[in-house]
Amino acid sequence: MSDQLTAPPSRWFIEAADDELTIFERSREGRRAFIAPRLDVPERPLDELIPAELRRREGARLPEVSEPEIVRHYTRLSKRNFDLDTGFYPLGSCTMKHNPKLHERVAGLPGNADLHPLQAAGDAQGALELMWRLQHSLGEIAGLPHVSLQPSAGSHGELTGVLITRAYHEANGDRRTKVLTPDTAHGTNPATVTMAGYELVKIGTDEYGNVDIDDLRRHVDTDVACLMLTNPSTLGLFERHIEQIAKAVHDVGATLYYDGANLNAIMGICRPGDMGFDIVHFNLHKSFTQPHGGGGPGAGPIAVAAHMEPFLPRPQVVRREDGSFDLDHDRPHSIGRMRGFQGNYGVFVRSYAYIRSLGAAGLREASEVAVLNANYLLARLRREGVLEYLPAAYDRICMHEFVLSGAVMKRELGIRTLDLAKRLLDHGVHPPTVYFPLIVDEALMVEPTETETRETLDHFAAVVAEILREAATDPEIARTAPHTAPVRRLDEAGAARHPVVRQPL
Amino acid sequence: MRNPSTFGITWYAQDTLGEIVFFTPPAVGAQLAKDEHYTEVESVKAVSDVVAPLSGEVIEVNESLTNEPQKINEDPYGDGWLVRVRLTDPTEAQELMDAATYKATLP
Repeated sequence: MSDQLTAPPSRWFIEAADDELTIFERSREGRRAFIAPRLDVPERPLDELIPAELRRREGARLPEVSEPEIVRHYTRLSKRNFDLDTGFYPLGSCTMKHNPKLHERVAGLPGNADLHPLQAAGDAQGALELMWRLQHSLGEIAGLPHVSLQPSAGSHGELTGVLITRAYHEANGDRRTKVLTPDTAHGTNPATVTMAGYELVKIGTDEYGNVDIDDLRRHVDTDVACLMLTNPSTLGLFERHIEQIAKAVHDVGATLYYDGANLNAIMGICRPGDMGFDIVHFNLHKSFTQPHGGGGPGAGPIAVAAHMEPFLPRPQVVRREDGSFDLDHDRPHSIGRMRGFQGNYGVFVRSYAYIRSLGAAGLREASEVAVLNANYLLARLRREGVLEYLPAAYDRICMHEFVLSGAVMKRELGIRTLDLAKRLLDHGVHPPTVYFPLIVDEALMVEPTETETRETLDHFAAVVAEILREAATDPEIARTAPHTAPVRRLDEAGAARHPVVRQPL
Repeated sequence: MRNPSTFGITWYAQDTLGEIVFFTPPAVGAQLAKDEHYTEVESVKAVSDVVAPLSGEVIEVNESLTNEPQKINEDPYGDGWLVRVRLTDPTEAQELMDAATYKATLP
């Protein structure tokens, strides 16, 4: 392959990564970034303040570095990162939409940022009011009135929801053992089921990408506690039989759980509660613009129907009759606390700011444009000839995302979905989700979100077409990609087989 | 059908799974039922069930896969074998496909 072919079409990084030392390797004894000012109060013996047996015998081994070293080290690392502020990030199922900068400003206001979680309710009325109002907004979006903000991730919301399901059945003197999920479900669904002590039963997908109703009917009985579902599904398709599904589940007394991973497609258009769902979790870090992708913090509030309300986690944020806001611990049927304190408050501020900035009509428009963008991108890829090599897994109008299969590309061009994904990095695009859902061979899952321009979508389609043309001439370029990223193809298998989890200091 | 028999996964299976990073061996003495899953392999993509082609009792597991699961990728029909099984009903093998028929089912 020639240098010309592998030359970077765009450069989103600054320098090679091999030479970056860790902050600990940079440490030199006595170097400081900050020197504390001289004491202006009388010095007291340390033993008087903290007894000797409670103090560590040796100093903490912290890196000793100067301020410019710290700044340069982390600035260099940050420039090697690919993030939403750097480029297009169509990571399917993750809703990597733009996070408005206004939200950072309001989350950073001293009244929000300097709040202490142990502050008495009387001293945190503004924060409690914001949480109470956020609960109401989310309840309205879900079509289910009772909301807990405690769960701190989507998976945490799932666990809370399934534990509430368990408490609900037990309160009815009903012991059930199984929870159903479709075979396209997010991996967190089966994990939640297992963690909540239920047996998992997978339900098949029909030829149109819907839940296989016949398979559901075969498995649904009075042993089933719950069906966990997303709508639109993990294939990015609207579940057309949702009313039939809800009826089948409710007929045996089970609950219907809505995984909010794909809520970005339906906000303000239809409501899970109206579809027959009893419990919903939201991913505030997806649909409601909390920055994510680096591992948190997130928030996974849940909304439930009236018959589930007594079991919500405690305490609940409530408004008292005198109009003041408080934490209500007096909830005898509650499943209890799901975490310390009340949740990631900064996430609540950003999400509330988002909901209030857009309003009901704006949220609806956001979802409409998310669906429009996905369908536009799919049509554009078809026009570029991409779908001849990467056909849509199910040829339907999609919702906010779509799933392609790279099986033909692998056979005809000799490159895999993974190779295509890695080559996209050379073009300054974050790869879409790959190899998920598992039922689609060589899956590529694309979610453009509503915040991308038509030009960006056109660019993505053109780049994928270009990579396929290139592979027809020289598949080796994609197979060995990325060529311009700070690191080349990573040895993921080696990292999993022989993990190096600590660095000797 | 040889008895005991050796079970593993096909070349196509390892190729589709991608690089395998972990293999959970069943216990020696475990009873396997035809068409039921008896162990898991984990690749960089996913954790997948491994289904028993025939019924029987595990008499040996490939211990070397604990440290070198990559053998499943490198040599699925040789060093990458998973378990040896004393078959309870070797006639079950009549229901299995031969290699040519299996290949014809692959995309």
